Amino acid sequence: MTFYALTLALAGVGIYGLLAKKNMLKKVLGLAILDHAVNLLLVAVGYRAGASPPILLAGDDPAAFVRGSVDPLPQALVLTSIVIGLGVTMLLVAMVLRLHQRYGTLDVDRMDRLKG
Amino acid sequence: MGTYIPVFVALPLLAGFACLLLKGPAPRATPWISVASMLGLLALAVGVRGDAGVSFAGGWGVRLSGDGAFVVGIALVLDGLSRLFLLLVAVVGTASAVYALRYLEPEPGLSLFHVLFNLLVAGMNGALLAGDLFNLYVFVEVASLASYGLVAYRTGGTEVEAAFKYLVLGTLASTAILLGITVLYAATGYLNMADLSGAIGRGGVPPVALLFASSLFVLGFGTKTAAMPFHAWLPDAHPSAPAPISAMLSGLLIKTLGIYALVRVLYVVVGIDENVRLVLTVLGCLSMWGGVLLAQAQDDLKRILAFHSVSQMGYVLVALGIGSWLGVAAALFHALNHALFKSALFLSAGSLERVTGTRRLSEMGGVFRRAPATSVGLVGACLSISGIPPFNGFWSKLLILIALASAGQYAVAVIAAGAALMTLVTFVKVQHKAVFGALPARLEGAREVPAAMYVPVLALVALCLLSGLLWPVGVDGLIGSAASAVRAPADERPAASVYVETVHGRPTR
Amino acid sequence: MRSDRDGLSVIVQVVARWTLVLIVVYGLGVAFFGHLTPGGGFVGGVVLACGFVLATLAFGGRAGPAAALHRWAASLEVGGALTFLGMAALGWTAGHFMQAWTPRGADFTLASAPFLVVLNLAILLKVGAGLFAGFMALVLFDRSTGGGGGRDA
Repeated sequence: MTFYALTLALAGVGIYGLLAKKNMLKKVLGLAILDHAVNLLLVAVGYRAGASPPILLAGDDPAAFVRGSVDPLPQALVLTSIVIGLGVTMLLVAMVLRLHQRYGTLDVDRMDRLKG
Repeated sequence: MGTYIPVFVALPLLAGFACLLLKGPAPRATPWISVASMLGLLALAVGVRGDAGVSFAGGWGVRLSGDGAFVVGIALVLDGLSRLFLLLVAVVGTASAVYALRYLEPEPGLSLFHVLFNLLVAGMNGALLAGDLFNLYVFVEVASLASYGLVAYRTGGTEVEAAFKYLVLGTLASTAILLGITVLYAATGYLNMADLSGAIGRGGVPPVALLFASSLFVLGFGTKTAAMPFHAWLPDAHPSAPAPISAMLSGLLIKTLGIYALVRVLYVVVGIDENVRLVLTVLGCLSMWGGVLLAQAQDDLKRILAFHSVSQMGYVLVALGIGSWLGVAAALFHALNHALFKSALFLSAGSLERVTGTRRLSEMGGVFRRAPATSVGLVGACLSISGIPPFNGFWSKLLILIALASAGQYAVAVIAAGAALMTLVTFVKVQHKAVFGALPARLEGAREVPAAMYVPVLALVALCLLSGLLWPVGVDGLIGSAASAVRAPADERPAASVYVETVHGRPTR
Repeated sequence: MRSDRDGLSVIVQVVARWTLVLIVVYGLGVAFFGHLTPGGGFVGGVVLACGFVLATLAFGGRAGPAAALHRWAASLEVGGALTFLGMAALGWTAGHFMQAWTPRGADFTLASAPFLVVLNLAILLKVGAGLFAGFMALVLFDRSTGGGGGRDA
């Protein structure tokens, strides 16, 4: 349970960085930390203490395999989620590059062409 | 029977990748590919009338071993609720694709625009058909990513800023959704929505976890719907996008990723109880009034429309918060109408911008004689959103008020009626400033837009009129089956079991 | 001031040549055996893309070998996606969308599910080429004029 709490705390760090920091690159890093924290939580949910990796060898009994191995479904989910996070980060960095080129600064407060 | 269901996702995917392939050799053909794929979707969506079906990926159906341990099935589920939104996506998508034929210049990025456009539609269709939570999340992300790119299409400073803000808030929302899915999976071991609803119904999830997951879902999907406290991205993102994309975003995205997902997850999977209904009602009231009030101070036509999207989604949320069959039907009917008239409004705004060269209402005026077709379209759409009979807005707002009153929520009904009045005031002003009134000197030479731009708007407005005139038939048929898929009208069967029957093909209780 | 063209020092380049071989082999292995061990196309694609990133960093951005492959990135990506869709659509001949219609081999070998192997290859192409194209778009982004290669889907 403490592991889950720590992971959520890590996600909180990511959210703080994303929302509170003024430098755009720090926001990007905050988003990356948030993504990784949530993925970590998802993998951790599938973990069983003392279990074997989810590789079924020839001649194993499927029922015993299911009882004795780590849950492979969250691993598959996290693979997808990591790639999604990678795509989002890449898009975000491309936007930061473009904004830096347009405004000459990475400070969010100075980019105020959009009115409220 | 359900074998053609994947085509809804596969067709726009194929079209999108075909556009990418043609980026070098034949970029001018890409708008036509989009139109063709949208028309194909329209034919398919109309053709599936009445059928509900399930398509299990790879043909792996539900398989229970002797001790009931394994349930395998990644399903695409088509039921009444999905069918309603699939039809909407096809209709608005066709209108936007035809509009984009002439609205967008043949610039180098055009083929990439159409790649993203098709991916957006593929993502939305996939989200509508997903039978398990994780697929829903993935398709929501696909559609969202495509929309972030489309909002930034013009790559000017304001557009990229708007897209940045949209991306940040949208990703926060998606992360919340993923966290909610994690909590539910950890508690039950299921991702399939039908099985999850069964497990939750049997009490397999501790209440704290359920509450945590529900709040995460409301946070995540509520942000996608642009409900009031989470709406901050919409007023910047929707106006900055090119007009056909604004139509797709306001007309479709906030409904498929927002309203549909909320209904599916909250009504079917988690189960509506008083707390969730209260939250929906509160969010709805905030959105209704917040949207119209904030729109008062705006001069930019597209920003006014964007704020009103927030407000109209508030109506839908309030109706969903009632929890009865009538409430769900009214909410879905209003969502359908909003998709039709809001996309018509955004496309008209784009046409007006082309005619007058500006988006600011204070600089427009009296283009009625110069651009009659555009003006008729705009007026028709304004009448719809204001709730003037016989257009559709009147009937859906009336139905929402009736549903509220019949559930005893008189205070909310008064709030809703007040917001409707404010909407009427705003759009009378819009019509007067944009279309009627005196023509400024600099607009003497203004000309009408090409037919490809005003025909989709007029078609959408005609659909608004049709939907308004034929609403008793519509509510019985299309909306009725959609609402019944979620909430049983008369008998007391729990709502989720209808869905479970569709997926598993046998009654579970 | 060293520019993007030069890449990093000679030691890094020599080491990079060796590690690149390892990275590519590892990525391909993880991808192709994805139906037997955890992994699959996604992970293989990400590993391959990281290999490309290493090549770009070590051997230079604009003049390095990676830049030459950039032209093919979009076609590879689309090829991967269309292969995936095609294989899934051919499943209709066997009954369902995405049904495994290829003949099966012996259990627990590479050929035990050729359908999945082809799907993994398609995803490998898509993810690897896509991430690589995105990375190259960022590298080639010309700050003075406002954007060289656009970001592909």
